[in-house]
Amino acid sequence: MSSQTVTAEATERARDILGVTRLTNQALSGWLHGLPGVDEVGADARAATLGTRSIKTTAKAWAIDTAISMIDLTTLEGADTAGKVRSLCTKARTPDPAHLDTPRVAAVCVYNDMVAVAREAVAGTGVNVAAVSTAFPSGRASIAVKLADTRDAVEAGADEIDMVIDRGAFLSGRYLHVFEEIAQVRQACRRDGDAPDAHLKVILETGELVTYDNVRRASWLAMLAGADFIKTSTGKVSPAATLPVTMIMLEAVRDWRALTGEMVGVKPAGGIRSSKDAIRHLVVVNEVAGEEWLTPQWFRFGASSLLNDLLLQRHKLATGAYSGPDYVTID
Amino acid sequence: MPTFEYAPAPESRSVVDLASSYGLFIDGEFRDSDGGSVFKSISPATEEVLAEVTEASAADVDRAVAAARRAYERTWSRLSGTDRGKYLFRIARILQERSREFAVLESLDNGKPIRESRDVDVPMAAAWFFYHAGWADKLEFASLGENPRPHGVVGQVIPWNFPLLMLAWKIAPALATGNTVVLKPAETTPLTALLFAEVCQQAELPPGVVNIVTGAGATGQAIVEHGGVDKVAFTGSTAVGKQIARSIAGTRTKATLELGGKAANIVFDDAPVDQAVEGIVNGIFFNQGHVCCAGSRLLVQESVAEEVEERLKRRLATLRVGDPLDKNTDVGAINSRAQLDRITELVEVGEAEGATRWSPECELPANGFWFRPTVFTGVSQTHRIAQEEIFGPVLSVLTFRTPQEAVAKANNTPYGLSAGIWTDKGSRILWMADQLRAGVVWANTFNKFDPTSPFGGYKESGYGREGGRHGLGAYVRTGADG
Repeated sequence: MSSQTVTAEATERARDILGVTRLTNQALSGWLHGLPGVDEVGADARAATLGTRSIKTTAKAWAIDTAISMIDLTTLEGADTAGKVRSLCTKARTPDPAHLDTPRVAAVCVYNDMVAVAREAVAGTGVNVAAVSTAFPSGRASIAVKLADTRDAVEAGADEIDMVIDRGAFLSGRYLHVFEEIAQVRQACRRDGDAPDAHLKVILETGELVTYDNVRRASWLAMLAGADFIKTSTGKVSPAATLPVTMIMLEAVRDWRALTGEMVGVKPAGGIRSSKDAIRHLVVVNEVAGEEWLTPQWFRFGASSLLNDLLLQRHKLATGAYSGPDYVTID
Repeated sequence: MPTFEYAPAPESRSVVDLASSYGLFIDGEFRDSDGGSVFKSISPATEEVLAEVTEASAADVDRAVAAARRAYERTWSRLSGTDRGKYLFRIARILQERSREFAVLESLDNGKPIRESRDVDVPMAAAWFFYHAGWADKLEFASLGENPRPHGVVGQVIPWNFPLLMLAWKIAPALATGNTVVLKPAETTPLTALLFAEVCQQAELPPGVVNIVTGAGATGQAIVEHGGVDKVAFTGSTAVGKQIARSIAGTRTKATLELGGKAANIVFDDAPVDQAVEGIVNGIFFNQGHVCCAGSRLLVQESVAEEVEERLKRRLATLRVGDPLDKNTDVGAINSRAQLDRITELVEVGEAEGATRWSPECELPANGFWFRPTVFTGVSQTHRIAQEEIFGPVLSVLTFRTPQEAVAKANNTPYGLSAGIWTDKGSRILWMADQLRAGVVWANTFNKFDPTSPFGGYKESGYGREGGRHGLGAYVRTGADG
């Protein structure tokens, strides 16, 4: 299938959802700006209230294991090496060698050139390989480069592609441009024959979108263009994932399902370091989107240090005493 | 079974040290009654008896008023504002230090969720004392009028919906301005007021400045009609408020009355809909709807009515109803059997009148007083459930077509305590706020309180203001006032 046909499919579906004969920037603007606004004070207050839920004993044990199984264990450094990536993969497979009932994480998330290394290291474990593509993290490259970047990762065996949107285009109101880029990257995620397509996670970089209205609009735009997941941040911009931003994205996937019947996943990434914070996010998933989202198929945490905190809390629940940082591994 | 079942997370009761029976707090000490009887204060969530409390007699009220008069003349009116402020700061700090104790006791005695007593009632009660402590030495600069000075002895009668917070609303401004107090908490929720009496002792407040007499209607009447009381402050039902107004008519007793409400929460088609839904929930299900300014009438623009109702119902399905001491409870127990009966009766009337009743599925505990969060759709202004204050977790949904119609319907009530507006259009907020005859108008929020902000009603919702500079004004005489 040519890239033309696939993006044409995406465009047709979008026309259908918008109820327009031609998908223009104006049509997209009208649709996105017609979404209900988000009152920042109210959204923050709701997230804060959900953050006061008290998750104890059996509920906490369940939440900790679920959170571990939802982690995209991430290393995205200029200093990454094959050795670093391999040791991360070992940790992903067996987060806690002393407690083998600990679930494995959902995926490892690496730069494109490390996909092959990671692929080999997690082969047969059920841990996915996610690659950050499209000129991550800024996204400032031509579409040709972004597509080549994506194909490269897909060919190297990435199960999931984490792309960034063009925030400049979004902020200047060029929604059609953003739509087309996502649709084309989605096409680049396809594999021939029976091989499964790479799942597409679309990073909104909410720290650069700033307002909650923008977060909601970008979420809908990404879903319209075919995102399998919407993701808050690259982790390179502050603020990254915050509870209210994740909540607004969860509202978006909830409402998207009500409109289209399709489920889209959500991935907060960056800044979630403590078990407490991860559990707060799960509470928001549970009460805002609904319990169907409480699986690694539909919710992920993009994180690195979070895993060890979850493991420490897991020890604490099992033994009643805190161990310490030397009782969890640092890969 | 839900995927993510929250395990019980009860707040510990051990922090509260309840006596089996309480006397009356008069002249700085707990004292036995002179001819009064006793009654029991129960937990509305379990019907368990928490403590025996004294029902003060007229003679007890006499003693309390005499103690307040002595304290007023001998100490409190002679202290400088700075010194009065020191006591108030001290009380505020003690309330903060003992906040967990107060929160647990409030939830036990009242039935409200610990999340609310912990995060709203108790911190706000402390904030009320802090705020008024700051005013105590600055009254001359509060633009209250020339030579502001206290009335003398103030009689205060407060309701059961926010027992400690209403106590703070009453006592803090009274003491800051130099008055002394005889206060009666509601008969179903006297315990935090009695714990507050301990705080007065701990703060070494001079004896008689604050007197707390427990009892029911007769005790309240004895305070209000007492010749030694210079000013009355009452929060409660409009029916009792009218009685008070009648009984003090023709006397020199001043009064502020904060009474019932039937507030409109108005949602326009351009509202931030997820936050509006939260505002509707907070407006009517906060504190089981036992809120005089509750947003009990939802006025929603017809073009978005269906969508808002759908979202609201989905949201209500996530409300957690049950044990008030569980930290994850959103809706607690109805305060008393009498109130439960009143709610049940009006809900039956709503059904009989033809409105459509809906409640989320939720299991209610076997003992205690409980009522499911309830929404009536298809309600018109003519229905009794749109006119009468239910004072429970029951929302009536009405629709409107234009802003003018929204204003007309919102104002079409004998009450006028509060209103809410939900829209993204700033100019409409200002226009609506101008048209609405309500003491408080919230824009894109609901049930928000602050000690700096005056609160009070229009029409049958009462008169006088509490909070802010305006609230101070109710506790002082100025100029040539006698």
